[in-house]
Amino acid sequence: MSQGPADTVKRVTGTGIPVRGDDIDTDQIIPARFLKVVTFDGLGQFAFFDQRFDEDDEPLEHPFNEERFQGASVLAVNANFGCGSSREHAPQALMRWGIDAIVGESFADIFAGNCLALGIPTVVADHDTVTDLQEFIDENPDADVEVDVENETVSFGDRTVDVEVDDAQHTALVEGVWDTTALLKSNADAVEETARSLPYTDV
Amino acid sequence: MSSGTLYDKVYDRHKVTTLPTGQDQLFVGLHLVHEVTSPQAFGMLEERDLDVAYPERTHATVDHIVPTGNRDRPYADDAAEEMLSELEENVREAGIEFSHPGTGNQGIVHVVGPEQGLTQPGMTVVCGDSHTATHGAFGALAFGIGTSQIRDVLATGTVAMEKAKVRQVRVEGELGDGVSAKDVILEVIRRLGTDGGTGYVYEYAGSAIDSLSMEGRMSICNMSIEGGARAGYVNPDEKTYDWLRETDAFRDDPERFAELKPYWESIRSDDDAEYDDVVTIDANELEPIVTWGTTPAQGVGVTQPIPEPEDCHSPETARQAQEHVGVSPGETMEGYPVDVAFLGSCTNARLRDLRRAAAVVRGREVAEGVRALVVPGSQRVQAAAEAEGLDEVFREAGFEWRDPGCSMCLAMNDDQLEGDEVCASSSNRNFVGRQGSTEGRTLLMNPKMVAAAAVTGEVTDVRTMREVTTA
Repeated sequence: MSQGPADTVKRVTGTGIPVRGDDIDTDQIIPARFLKVVTFDGLGQFAFFDQRFDEDDEPLEHPFNEERFQGASVLAVNANFGCGSSREHAPQALMRWGIDAIVGESFADIFAGNCLALGIPTVVADHDTVTDLQEFIDENPDADVEVDVENETVSFGDRTVDVEVDDAQHTALVEGVWDTTALLKSNADAVEETARSLPYTDV
Repeated sequence: MSSGTLYDKVYDRHKVTTLPTGQDQLFVGLHLVHEVTSPQAFGMLEERDLDVAYPERTHATVDHIVPTGNRDRPYADDAAEEMLSELEENVREAGIEFSHPGTGNQGIVHVVGPEQGLTQPGMTVVCGDSHTATHGAFGALAFGIGTSQIRDVLATGTVAMEKAKVRQVRVEGELGDGVSAKDVILEVIRRLGTDGGTGYVYEYAGSAIDSLSMEGRMSICNMSIEGGARAGYVNPDEKTYDWLRETDAFRDDPERFAELKPYWESIRSDDDAEYDDVVTIDANELEPIVTWGTTPAQGVGVTQPIPEPEDCHSPETARQAQEHVGVSPGETMEGYPVDVAFLGSCTNARLRDLRRAAAVVRGREVAEGVRALVVPGSQRVQAAAEAEGLDEVFREAGFEWRDPGCSMCLAMNDDQLEGDEVCASSSNRNFVGRQGSTEGRTLLMNPKMVAAAAVTGEVTDVRTMREVTTA
């Protein structure tokens, strides 16, 4: 991994996958027992694990198990997706499964922040648009969905719909400054100054 | 846009600069580290050949994976052993202070910070754990962050953030017997929804909050995230200062205390502060709340009817939740049988929580067939509880008295539900699978209610039990 500027993420194009339901929490996206690892490698196979497999590891009905959605990269979800724990393991698992962008009705703050840190756009559309997109994907699993972060649109079939991209996320992705470490590090002197100005530090 | 609030003041004091993304770079006054979300961040630092910028402002402990029974090293669970070893190595190399089990200071990160006086008013506090909001009880600005942000904080002592809106949640009146801080926050989440706080921080205020203990305030701030608010806080007051005076940070250093107090007082929200939203809750109306569903917002007063899915924020989610838990609209939660009682977690495993639960348990026995466990929030809580004999009260009643850790709150160690067991839990989340079994069912409630459920074997209105007024 380089220390230089991150790649720009202006648009993501790929086939879609719908996961329906409000309030899908990070414990569902990746159950706690899979957090017992010291790297994120290999988490992809555990995305939505308990929704996908029963106690005997027999597959259950879940979009992530369906043959027609394998290889998908645009996830379409409903409201308050990613609520719960701050575990970055959740977006890491989705990313390593193959997800490059998420279109949803709303996202939990920490989850969206974690996605941004990985260069995954979380774009917001209204309920009807998301429902239409989910239905479109269901009927056209082989069709591309284009998430245009720069112009804040999502295109599927013959439709192009407006979506919302948070301002900071827009700038970070389009200009390739979503990996913030080097950026933050470049202000080390100003950080030191702020630290010194605080009564509780001994800097 | 808010102005003059504690949030505005602390945010401004810690702001280093505005970044090209429009986000602000904030200095982090206290970075708490644990074993689940940090090893990957330390790994990234190594890849980029970066050092920890402010090790002296960083503190580590181990909580999620530690066993609460046999703690002999190496741990029986290889993965847990690997995670602890990794953390030990990381903090040793970086020179970070570590409250490990050998120190007698180990515990859940959100219990350890406040009890050692690491958490102070007017600080920014971050940790790779969503319940970092707990520290807001001290008038700190405390946020849960992800691992990439942990990397940022380790490398730079700062984090990129966007300014949030501030909602004041006023809780006015008096909490009745058997009603606690936990019921206040479950009511806040029930009323505003699991995503009602998205984009906000919550300032808890009003006479009921003022009269709460620091532990109660911590319970409330802790669950801010369950309402979607990334942070919650209470303005510091004499109660806050009384707590701090007795901590390691100031016990032997009254001069330092006197030096910092003016700062703490200066960051309180102004009387004429402006908020983006204000919500008022009548404390007098509250009764003990029990969750009937699979999100913390799906709660109901113990004597109140479970709602129709159609009357819920998300009817489909509510329908699925009622099916999972096996309850029907119109019923009450009273009498719902439980298999397990769990007193623990960063929400409710402090000394005062254990005292209150013990007052209900004293002289009674855990109901037949119920597995009941107490997992103190820290080694210090454990020691203090043992010093006043609470362990004996619990043991004599048939509870297991365990060593500190997150335990059955998220079941990353051996403490897990089996099959479709029902757990009365003092923890913060009732998500499907949260306690280690996908069929398991978690009923969130206050610690006294957990104690009552343990001894009766079913959800019980603790107000009907004799000891409640003395607890």
